[in-house]
Amino acid sequence: MNFSDILTMRHELLLTLIALVVLIIDLNLHNRDKHLIIPITLSLFFIHTVVGFLPSVPSILFGGMYHTTPLLITMKNILNVGVLIILFQSVTWLKKEENREKISEYFILLFSTLIGMYFMISSGDFLMFYLGLELATIPIAALAAYTHHESKSAEAGIKLILSSALSSGILLFGISLIYGATGSIYFDSIAKVYANTPMQVLSFIFFFTGMAFKISLVPFHLWTADVYEGAPINVTSYLSVISKGAAAFILVILMFTVFNTIAPIYNHILYLIAVLTMTVGNLFALRQKNMKRFLAFSSISQAGFILLGILGGNIMGMTAVVYFVLVYIFSNLGAFGVVSAISTVTGKETMDDYDGLYSTNPKLSLLMMLSLFSLAGIPPVAGFFGKFFLFASAASAGYYWLVFIAVLNATISLYYYLLVVKAMFINKNEKPLAYFKSDLATRVGLVLSCLGIFVLGFWSQIYEIINSLTFGVIH
Amino acid sequence: MNILNLFIIVPVLTVCGILLTKDLKQSRLVSAIGMGVQLILAFVLVYLYLAERSAGNTATMLFMYDALWFPSLNIHYSLGVDGISVAMIALTGIVVFAGIFASWKMEYLPREFFISLIVLATGVFGFFISIDLFTMFLFYELAVIPMYILIGIWGTGPKEYSAMKLTLMLMAGSAMLMVGILGIYFFSAPAGTPLTFNLMEISKVHIPIEMQRFLFPFTFVGFGILGALFPFHTWSPDGHASAPTAVSMLHAGVLMKLGGYGAFRVAIFLMPEAAHEQAWIFLILTSISVVYGAFSAIVQNDLKYINAYSSVSHCGLVLFAVLMMNQTAMNGAIIQMISHGLMTALFFALIGMIYGRTHTRIIQEMGGLMKVIPFLGVVYVIAGLASLGLPGFSGFVAEMTIFVGAFQHVDVFHRVVTIVAASSIVITAVYILRVVGILLFGPIKNPHFLELTDAKWYERISTVTLVLAITAIGTAPWWLSNMINYSLAPIVERLSAVQLTGLF
Repeated sequence: MNFSDILTMRHELLLTLIALVVLIIDLNLHNRDKHLIIPITLSLFFIHTVVGFLPSVPSILFGGMYHTTPLLITMKNILNVGVLIILFQSVTWLKKEENREKISEYFILLFSTLIGMYFMISSGDFLMFYLGLELATIPIAALAAYTHHESKSAEAGIKLILSSALSSGILLFGISLIYGATGSIYFDSIAKVYANTPMQVLSFIFFFTGMAFKISLVPFHLWTADVYEGAPINVTSYLSVISKGAAAFILVILMFTVFNTIAPIYNHILYLIAVLTMTVGNLFALRQKNMKRFLAFSSISQAGFILLGILGGNIMGMTAVVYFVLVYIFSNLGAFGVVSAISTVTGKETMDDYDGLYSTNPKLSLLMMLSLFSLAGIPPVAGFFGKFFLFASAASAGYYWLVFIAVLNATISLYYYLLVVKAMFINKNEKPLAYFKSDLATRVGLVLSCLGIFVLGFWSQIYEIINSLTFGVIH
Repeated sequence: MNILNLFIIVPVLTVCGILLTKDLKQSRLVSAIGMGVQLILAFVLVYLYLAERSAGNTATMLFMYDALWFPSLNIHYSLGVDGISVAMIALTGIVVFAGIFASWKMEYLPREFFISLIVLATGVFGFFISIDLFTMFLFYELAVIPMYILIGIWGTGPKEYSAMKLTLMLMAGSAMLMVGILGIYFFSAPAGTPLTFNLMEISKVHIPIEMQRFLFPFTFVGFGILGALFPFHTWSPDGHASAPTAVSMLHAGVLMKLGGYGAFRVAIFLMPEAAHEQAWIFLILTSISVVYGAFSAIVQNDLKYINAYSSVSHCGLVLFAVLMMNQTAMNGAIIQMISHGLMTALFFALIGMIYGRTHTRIIQEMGGLMKVIPFLGVVYVIAGLASLGLPGFSGFVAEMTIFVGAFQHVDVFHRVVTIVAASSIVITAVYILRVVGILLFGPIKNPHFLELTDAKWYERISTVTLVLAITAIGTAPWWLSNMINYSLAPIVERLSAVQLTGLF
């Protein structure tokens, strides 16, 4: 392994190093100084994020098991920025007395899963893909059970690990069938011989089902709400934003590069699942009162929209998916950031608690409103552009009715997003949540997501960069 | 700098200015200045436009500005106006300006109110100056969403219900529009050349007739929902009745015009064959809107509901005239949009002022108001007479042109729907005179009303601006109709160039 290889793998190597450094520092710190880990880790991760943006060349390592391209690097960078915001948003919560003992655990587990996602995105064969996927999933179960003295959190951890074990089983079965049918586990060679024989279609269905669990597409979504509600809020936002984003990235890559030969077949499946996911996610979100469950179901519905880009099946579709995930990360983190800030300070997390919030905490309410509008796809915020491009890519393949169903679903989602806006701005409340001042880290996190929500849409350069990177990915 | 950009920049600066203010006095002052500048800009634009035309500029769109936004999708931020959009911009300028003065005493959360109002206005201005379908759609949605907040926070009655109903129905409309616009985009250029969202570019190509048949209803109904097309009009009475004064003014006066404007600028202009084929369905629906709206207005007792249903009727007439697809009727449609925009804004402003004094909007509880608030009473009568189409006011010019244009079709179907729609003039007279009779004349029913004071200076600014505009159009309609006619010519030419395959 020479220096240029190290540079190629800088995301994985650097983050592993940071995780180890955090561990060592933690060992050497006195108990009362544990909180020092937070600024150290944050600055280390910030450097890591910046390093990620350094230029790189496409290359292949380990005989094709690992490869990177500018597009994959960009995907990792998108995840990095998202994680950075989450880290900022978790500072206040980590500083709490009950978490003092296990601050470093949070970081190390989080970083392990992120490393898993990097490997997953960069994988060149199904073995590396599966290793990455498992590394990305199992530590999250521990994170979900982070506040293990609460039974809900422990329950979330168990639910997550059981359902991901099941989905991994299905996924592995699909992979083994793919290997049986094509004689290879390398993406490149599979793509060359993949055809629509019954065996290969069956293998795809198992594989896709496994992935559908990870992205929580309907009807494989049932674990989501309970896990999201039980896990600590920052872990929930990590699960629903970063974890889902990474899975969506690898799914779109595999669909476009490995399985594209059977697109005429899988398009039927995707069409149906997209409609189901958007509609069912929305219908469940309508009735949620707990903000975490609410965002969980809304994020199920959002995942349905991603499938529209895959159905487009062209460069426009791939760009739209990556761009949408980017926008989605910022919008959802804006919403989660506000929920997290309120929940950490006051412990309140139901929609009724938000009644009259604007009269006491106007800035938080405004940010929440903008994030929700962005999630619903209302201009001038970025969500509008993300959704529009997804719809455009689906329409480019002639799926006009699907676009219509999707936009109607966006309208339904607007209804429940407006319920929150109504609670904050319109509903009268004798005793609204008292004014509180968030600390610096939380504010940085919120301001970052707010900036993203505004800038990403108008600044067309970002879309164009992603578009130029996706060029040539699809054969 | 291109003058059209200013129509976006001035409101944005105004919003930034309001953010810096502290209380009602400052924020209303900043809004009034900002929208005053915008109104002056609108008149400057009219002047510049007429000057360009008289100097012999024959381009379809003037003051074009184009910036490439998303190169890979060929999305442009492109602006341009013709006579029709200039007229609509002038209307918007007047109504927004009057709206600011109508909400001069907005005590509750004034900054937020004016910001939302101006964001709404930005959306409307942006819609009228855009000639790129993407930006047009963006501004359309931008104009719709502040309504929720405006009605939800500052509304009256069942405001949450009305606000939600209005927003969701209009957003469902934009869902249909989205399909229409994307469909148009993917057939906007022959194979091998880059696709485009530009209206002018698309109008040069011929969208395949099968696609037109599929896309036209989506686009037309999408805009039609905003134009209160029966049976999708139900958001309008509830929404207008619950909205605060300035919002009703802006919404009925300007926002509903987005529907009519979009219906002919996008749906009919870009898909003429399908428009001819399917016009009969929508002609029937719009005739129902016209008559049904007018009949509903007769039986209402709430002033705002009366006016809201009358808006359904009048806006139905706009779509009706647009679907007639000849020069005269379409000219009438545009004049009707402007005339109705001014009239209904005036009505809602007056209703707001009367309600602010009497604290009731039920006409039976009031009476003899002409004796105590003569200024407002006289203006109400003027608005009413304009609404029922008295010569000398803008309503007459508009309706006359529409029905003359509609009667140019010689077949039985068009004659019948025209006669049905024309009967609304009589019904309009019934509900207008009924209100005027009960509300303004007769004995004073409530002794408290004797202490009412007449219009304040800011209310006078608001109403007089609108009355002046109405009479100006009514007495000298030629400058407006010439301006519109010139720009309508290429559109009508394109419409009549297609082979007529309509059912009737």
